[in-house]
Amino acid sequence: MNFDPSILTTHAGEIGDAFLVTVKTWLLGSALGLIVGLALALLIRSLGRWARLPLLALSELIRGTPFLVICFILYYGGPSIGIDLNAIFAGIVCIGFYSSVYFAEIFRSGFNAVPRGQLEAAECLGLGRWQLLVRIELPQMLVIILPALTNLLTVLCKETAILSIITVPELTAVLGGIGTRTFSFAETLVALCLAYLLLVELTARVGNWLERRVGGYLN
Amino acid sequence: MFDWTSFVHSLPLLGQALLVTLKASLAGNLFGFLIAIPVTALRLSSRPLARTLGASYIFVFRGVPLLVQLLVIYYLLPTTGLPNLSPMTAAVLALSLCSGAYIAEILRGGFLAIPPGQIEAARLLGIGAATTLVRIELPQAVRLTLPSLVNELVLLIKASALISVVGLADLSRVAQNLAASDYLFFQHYLVLALAYCLINLPLTFSGRLLERHLARSQYRAAE
Repeated sequence: MNFDPSILTTHAGEIGDAFLVTVKTWLLGSALGLIVGLALALLIRSLGRWARLPLLALSELIRGTPFLVICFILYYGGPSIGIDLNAIFAGIVCIGFYSSVYFAEIFRSGFNAVPRGQLEAAECLGLGRWQLLVRIELPQMLVIILPALTNLLTVLCKETAILSIITVPELTAVLGGIGTRTFSFAETLVALCLAYLLLVELTARVGNWLERRVGGYLN
Repeated sequence: MFDWTSFVHSLPLLGQALLVTLKASLAGNLFGFLIAIPVTALRLSSRPLARTLGASYIFVFRGVPLLVQLLVIYYLLPTTGLPNLSPMTAAVLALSLCSGAYIAEILRGGFLAIPPGQIEAARLLGIGAATTLVRIELPQAVRLTLPSLVNELVLLIKASALISVVGLADLSRVAQNLAASDYLFFQHYLVLALAYCLINLPLTFSGRLLERHLARSQYRAAE
């Protein structure tokens, strides 16, 4: 086996585009999941004990399903119920849909971690529900759940590799394709591993830095 | 809307595929556990070199997507002169190596929770380091981390959907084939999702029960 990294420089443009697709599907998908997850957590919280059951059941079902199967349902099953998306957009929707229930679960535990006494105090001071949420609950909750959010972001970064199976032209698909075309599996797969390690490590570092920055605001 | 004849016809195929999925993920979990024990021991060692070794293993196998690990093991290893692996061997190897890193991270927390006095006592009684690890530390670490270990098994069963890329006829691959044969994509993939939930949800719930049970018994012990 010979190792010739020049195969990567000759395909640099293609690989760069793929890297951008990976980052785009990852970050936009996560942002979508974050917003839907927050809405879901707020909705579940505002519903009564029985009314929230269907939503909780649906969220359990989604969390029991592999990401690959979610992609199959949305991308290949979608057209038969009238949803037809291009691959990259479908990738963003898949990541967003899948992660929303995990984000909702994190938000739920975060809301529970804010001391009850503070909510009662805010109500006594005459704060409205919106003010209570935006000025008391959210800021504290975001600090508490930061480690869990960072963790989920690294998980989602790695899940984007699965989007290659539904033909999204991201890193795994493109580098894998170059490997098969030129039989240079070693160079492409090593580069692929390094790219993901870099993204995951970078996310973890930013998360740690943020935790140190904002951790002081608690207590 | 829902084609029952197609569904009934698919059941025996899905049953066989379920066995492949279960076999790969259970074997992956078992070997992953066996890999995790020495990795945890390295990670918690007092020697810096051993610690770095353990930490690097965890960093690499948790940081690279399982799909990429599968591609490396199935496509790259044979080009280095190693013998070709059968799809099942490659799949179990990838699942074990990956889950080994995750389980090591889980066990680490368990090991750290064991009072150091116990290990000192074992030393004084003349029990060797390996015996202390396997007979004194490990059982307690497993008991403490059982809910997380069950959770990891659920994650691994879900991750095993990827083994179809090395050509195994697991649940995901068979559902893909069924969908390609009669174009009932939505139906077959929905059934596929429910099949995974059928395995995973009971595991998830028993994990939660275990967690509550464990929290209660610790609370009692603390009183």
